[in-house]
Amino acid sequence: MHALAPYRAAFASRFLLVMQYRSAALAGFVTQCWWGGLKVMILAAFYGASAAPAPITLTQAITYTWLSQGLLTLLPWMSDPEVSAAVRTGGVTYDRLRPVDAYAFWFVRSAGWTAARVIPRAALMLSFAGVVLPLLGLSEWGWQPPADLIAMLGFAASMLLALLLSTAMMMLINIITLATLTDRGAIAMTVPLVITLSGNLLPLALFPDWLQTALLMQPFSGVLDIPVRIYMGNLVGAGVLLGLGLQLFWTVAVIALGRFTMSRALRRLEVQGG
Amino acid sequence: MPQILVRDLRKTYRISERDPGVLGALRGLVQRRYRTVSALQGVSFSLERGELLGFIGPNGAGKSTTIKILSGILRPDAGHVEVDGLTPFDDRIKHVARIGVVFGQRTQLWWDLPVNDGFDLLRNIYRVDPVRYRRTHDELVALLRLERLLDQPVRQLSLGQRMRAELAAALLHEPSILFLDEPTIGLDAPSKLAVRDFVKRLNRERGVTVLLTTHDMQDIEALAERVIVIGHGRVLADSTFETLRATVLSDSDTEEPTIEHVISRFYDLHGAIEA
Repeated sequence: MHALAPYRAAFASRFLLVMQYRSAALAGFVTQCWWGGLKVMILAAFYGASAAPAPITLTQAITYTWLSQGLLTLLPWMSDPEVSAAVRTGGVTYDRLRPVDAYAFWFVRSAGWTAARVIPRAALMLSFAGVVLPLLGLSEWGWQPPADLIAMLGFAASMLLALLLSTAMMMLINIITLATLTDRGAIAMTVPLVITLSGNLLPLALFPDWLQTALLMQPFSGVLDIPVRIYMGNLVGAGVLLGLGLQLFWTVAVIALGRFTMSRALRRLEVQGG
Repeated sequence: MPQILVRDLRKTYRISERDPGVLGALRGLVQRRYRTVSALQGVSFSLERGELLGFIGPNGAGKSTTIKILSGILRPDAGHVEVDGLTPFDDRIKHVARIGVVFGQRTQLWWDLPVNDGFDLLRNIYRVDPVRYRRTHDELVALLRLERLLDQPVRQLSLGQRMRAELAAALLHEPSILFLDEPTIGLDAPSKLAVRDFVKRLNRERGVTVLLTTHDMQDIEALAERVIVIGHGRVLADSTFETLRATVLSDSDTEEPTIEHVISRFYDLHGAIEA
């Protein structure tokens, strides 16, 4: 474990620091509730107006919505602010002075940042949509429990992979920031892409049938859609393994791409001014 | 066998330029213009274990670039660098575990963490044995008078306090070489004295090799036995400060020139002032 000590410490330190930001979590939670309520009402209106059988039930679509609102900060649409700041101020020079693998060092810190933001928001969302709404007699509008125990376990494994995949994608944005000295360009492109293709905008199952295979195979389904499908029992048996396998494949592929581009970017690193 | 060996080091930067004003901006949209600037054009020197070397030179002379190459942050375009038998950029991870670096103009401690949490994080990053760490940590805290700062977030330290904490942070893993890039910049007089005194003791008592750059001539006078003057990316002089002083003294001098005068005259002599 000695070899991993730097990475574990960097993760823990970032995680514990970001967890201190209580009001940010609370504000995010309130916004996500409001937005989630709107989405639920729009979905209900669509389901009420359409006679055609839907691929997932309204109850499932509502659970999908609350889950995706609770997991919003898991989506990799921006760079790690600590990395952007280090690039801007030249703090990157000190990162180069640490006797650790440069990619892994940033990766664990970004993962710590993401995990520390997701966990309190998801917990708050679960207590609101999974406990408070049912207690108010609105259980049909609430966050339903997982399909069964297998679904629960599969979901837990899938969430871990989603965190790794999301961090690997965020690392690509970090690396673009390192190479171009700003995160603006990358963010402008990733936000619409991630929101649409992860299933956050609309559950991927509700897209046209002819797109379904492609939507499942593309990397962004792994950060939200696959875990939620496993949770709802929409992916079962071999489907669970397929989902986890896809997540694992994309995680490894995106990490490999990130390591390659980062070593190239660091080779031509310049430190400007002083 | 010298501990640090630098031979014919070269490094160029590409600078983008454009003419001022609207026309210049419009032309810049169509045609980019770059100029190549040589930061280093053949720097050579060597340093024995336990030496204390002062690196001086006008702004833009290439001092910081040299330190960044020696510490493994930048890759030189050409030339040979060897520190303790390692090539800094190629053996980066092994190399940086053995050196300590302080950049006076940047902070290596985590802005939002209390000083001591930052130290603990560095202990883990450098994989320092807990028992040794405890000893080194307590010694550094006592020497640099950090006791009352340990629980404060770094962002709330004054510059002088922060620089003392930075020095400790660079030494927790007991490096045998310390690079200091303008360690006294912006400090008040007592803080400067504290930094100088600490660096001197570290060098004399622990035998740590120190290479420092500075614009503060009192730093040089107080610390360095040997001085390298760098200008236009070349080594202009490599001698004791006394020898340097002798080369610029002239018969018309009625009184002893200050160290600032000596250095300015030397820069003049070599046309080394920055464009």
